[in-house]
Amino acid sequence: MSTHKPFITAVCAVVMAACPIAAIAQMPNDARFGFGTPAKPEDMARYFSIPPSGRGLPPGNGTAEQGAKVYAENCVACHGERLEGIPQPGLGGDKLIGGRGTLATQTPVKTVESYWPYATTLFDYVKRAMPFSVPGSLSDNDVYAVVAYVLSEAKIIQPTDVMNAESLPNVRMPNRDGFVPDARPEVQLYH
Amino acid sequence: MSKMAPVQYDEKTRRYIDAMIEAEEQDRAALRAAEGNSADAECPCREGMFPTRAPSRRRFLVAAGSTVGAGAAGLLGARAAVAADRKAPPGAEYFDVPDDPTKQQGRPVAGDGGYGTRSQFETEVRQRYPTPNENTSWSLTPLDKMLGNLTASGLHFERHHGGIPTIDPARHQLVVHGLVGTPKTFTMADLKRFPSVTRKHFIECSGNGLTEWNKPTLKTVQGTHGLLSTSEWTGVLFATIAREVGLKEDGAWVLAEGSDAAVMTRSIPMEKMLRDAIIAYGQNGEAIRPEQGYPVRLVLPGYEGNTHIKWLRRLEVSDKPFMTREETSKYTDLLGDGKARQFSLDMDAKSVITFPSGDMKLPGPGFYNIGGLAWSGRGRVQSVDVSVDGGTSWYPARIESTPEPMCTVRFSFPWMWNGQPAVLQSRCMDDTGYLQPTLKELVAIRGSNGPFGSIYHLNAIQSWAVAADGSVSNVHA
Repeated sequence: MSTHKPFITAVCAVVMAACPIAAIAQMPNDARFGFGTPAKPEDMARYFSIPPSGRGLPPGNGTAEQGAKVYAENCVACHGERLEGIPQPGLGGDKLIGGRGTLATQTPVKTVESYWPYATTLFDYVKRAMPFSVPGSLSDNDVYAVVAYVLSEAKIIQPTDVMNAESLPNVRMPNRDGFVPDARPEVQLYH
Repeated sequence: MSKMAPVQYDEKTRRYIDAMIEAEEQDRAALRAAEGNSADAECPCREGMFPTRAPSRRRFLVAAGSTVGAGAAGLLGARAAVAADRKAPPGAEYFDVPDDPTKQQGRPVAGDGGYGTRSQFETEVRQRYPTPNENTSWSLTPLDKMLGNLTASGLHFERHHGGIPTIDPARHQLVVHGLVGTPKTFTMADLKRFPSVTRKHFIECSGNGLTEWNKPTLKTVQGTHGLLSTSEWTGVLFATIAREVGLKEDGAWVLAEGSDAAVMTRSIPMEKMLRDAIIAYGQNGEAIRPEQGYPVRLVLPGYEGNTHIKWLRRLEVSDKPFMTREETSKYTDLLGDGKARQFSLDMDAKSVITFPSGDMKLPGPGFYNIGGLAWSGRGRVQSVDVSVDGGTSWYPARIESTPEPMCTVRFSFPWMWNGQPAVLQSRCMDDTGYLQPTLKELVAIRGSNGPFGSIYHLNAIQSWAVAADGSVSNVHA
C-alpha cells in the first residue's frame, strides 16, 4: 500500500499545478453565497411586530370614545355588544374583558383583561389580524382607538386616556407578572 | 391526601370538546347506518384492523366521498370509463371494477395526466375539530389507519388560524432583518440555490389530547392523538441563512412571521434556530402542500407545532421575544396556582398504541401484533415498553424503524390475547433518559394547587381497554 502513496501524491501535485485554486475549492472564502437581495427600507415598510418596549409603534393616537365607534363598526359582530365573545358557528369571537381574579379558581376565564400581560400585544394583534373578515384593514388611529376602548372597558385605563406610541407601552396589565419560565422536564418525574 | 382537583377547562374549551364529542358520535352513527346496523351493532372500525373490505361499507364510503375525481374524467382510458354518478373518496378517482382484472387491459400509462391518485378503495381522511369558525380550526390525522412511519402529505394534520392562503411562489419572498449585518430578501429561487438538508421530523400540536385531561373523552386514536404527523422535510438550514446575512451580537431571539390572514408570529430562541431550524420547501419528496405552508415554512424539530410558522415570509432577529398573542395569551400553560408557564416549547417524549385502539373490535382470542408510534421532541426514542395489564408489568417493544432525532418510530409487540379483559399501554423513553409519565403524575405536578386551566402538553401514557367481547375503548387506568 505504501508503494501507491508517492504515485497519488504525484498525481495530486500535477492536478494542483494545472488547475487554478478556485476550481478545486468549492466554497468562497467567506462561506457566503451572495444569494438574495439587500432589503430596501421601502420594502420593509409594510412589516411590523411590536414588542413590550413599544419599538416600532407607528405615529397616531386614539381614545376609548373614538374606539367605541370603531368597535361597533368592526368588532361587535364577533365579540358582542359587551365584549363578551360570541361562540356561535361561523363567528367564535373571543371574550375580551372580565375574568380578573379567576386564574387560580376552578373556572379560569382568560381574557385581555385577566390574562394578557402586555398592552402592546393587543395593538400588534389587532393591527395584524383583525377584524377577522378584513384583516389588517384598520388605520393606525383606529387601532389605537379600539385598543383604548378595550382597555378602558376592562378598567385598565381611564376612558379619557389617549393611547399612542408613548402611552401604550406604559400601560400596566393586571396579569403582567403572571408568567413563569417553562419548568420542563419536570424534576418530579425523576423520582 | 392524594385527592386531586379535577382539571378545569375554560368555558370555550369545554364547548369545543362537547362539539367534538358530538361530531365523532355523528360520524360513527353514519357509518353504522350505512352498514345497516343499529347503533349498538359491531363498530365499523374493525376494518382498520383487518384489510378485508366489507362491500356494504365500501359502497357507502364511495357514495359519501367527495367529487374530487370527477374533473379528471377526460383523462381516463376508454376501457375504464368513469360512471358519472359514482364517486370516489377524496384524493381518488372512481373506476369500474372488472370481475377479473387479468381478462382485460387496465388503464393506460400516464392516463392520470402524470400525477397519481390513491386507490378508490382507500377512504381514510382527516377529521376537522368542530370549532365555531372553519377558518380557525384544526383537523386530525387518522393514526389508526396509517402504515409506516411517515404521514401521507394529504393526511398531515392541519391547524390554521386564518384559513389556507393561496400563494404564488414566483411572487413570494422571505425577508431576514433586525439585528443582522445585511438585511436581505430571498426569492424561492434564491432559497433553493443554497445547500439543503433533508431530514425526517414529526410535528405535534401542543394541544394534542386536550380533551383527555379529565376523563377519557374521544373514542378513537385519531381524536386523542391525531395532531401528530411525520414528514421528510427538505430545505435550507437557518444557520446557512444566518451566515449569509450576518448576525449581530445581541441577537438572541428570532421572530417568524407567516403570510396568511392571521399573519402568524412566534418568537424563537436563537439557540434553537441555529441548532435545528429548517426553512423548508419540500415535504415527502415534493413541494410542501398548501395547507402545510406552501411555498415555504419553518420547521423547528421537537418544538410545539404552532412555532413551525407556515407560509413563512419574514424572520426578524431581536434581543428579546416580541410577546406575540400566541406566545402570551394562547400557547401558555396556566397552572393550579394561577401562574402560567410561558415558552413551553419542547414536546416531551410520548407514545401511543394505534392497533388495537379505541372503537376497534378484536374478533376473538388469539395472536395480535400490537403496534404504535413513539416520539420525543428532545432527541431520539431510546426504547418503548408495552403493558397489557394496565401498567403493572412492562415488556420491551420491538422498534420497527431507525430512531432519528425528533422523529417518530413505529413499534410493535406480539400479544397472544387469552380473551380476558386487558388494558393496553405503551411508554416511551428518549435518549435523555426521560420516561413518559402517567396522567396522574402530570396532574399532580401541574394542578396540585387546585384547578388547572392548561390544555397543552399532555404527553401521558394512553390506555386502551380490551373487553371480553373484543371491543376496545379509551379509558383512564
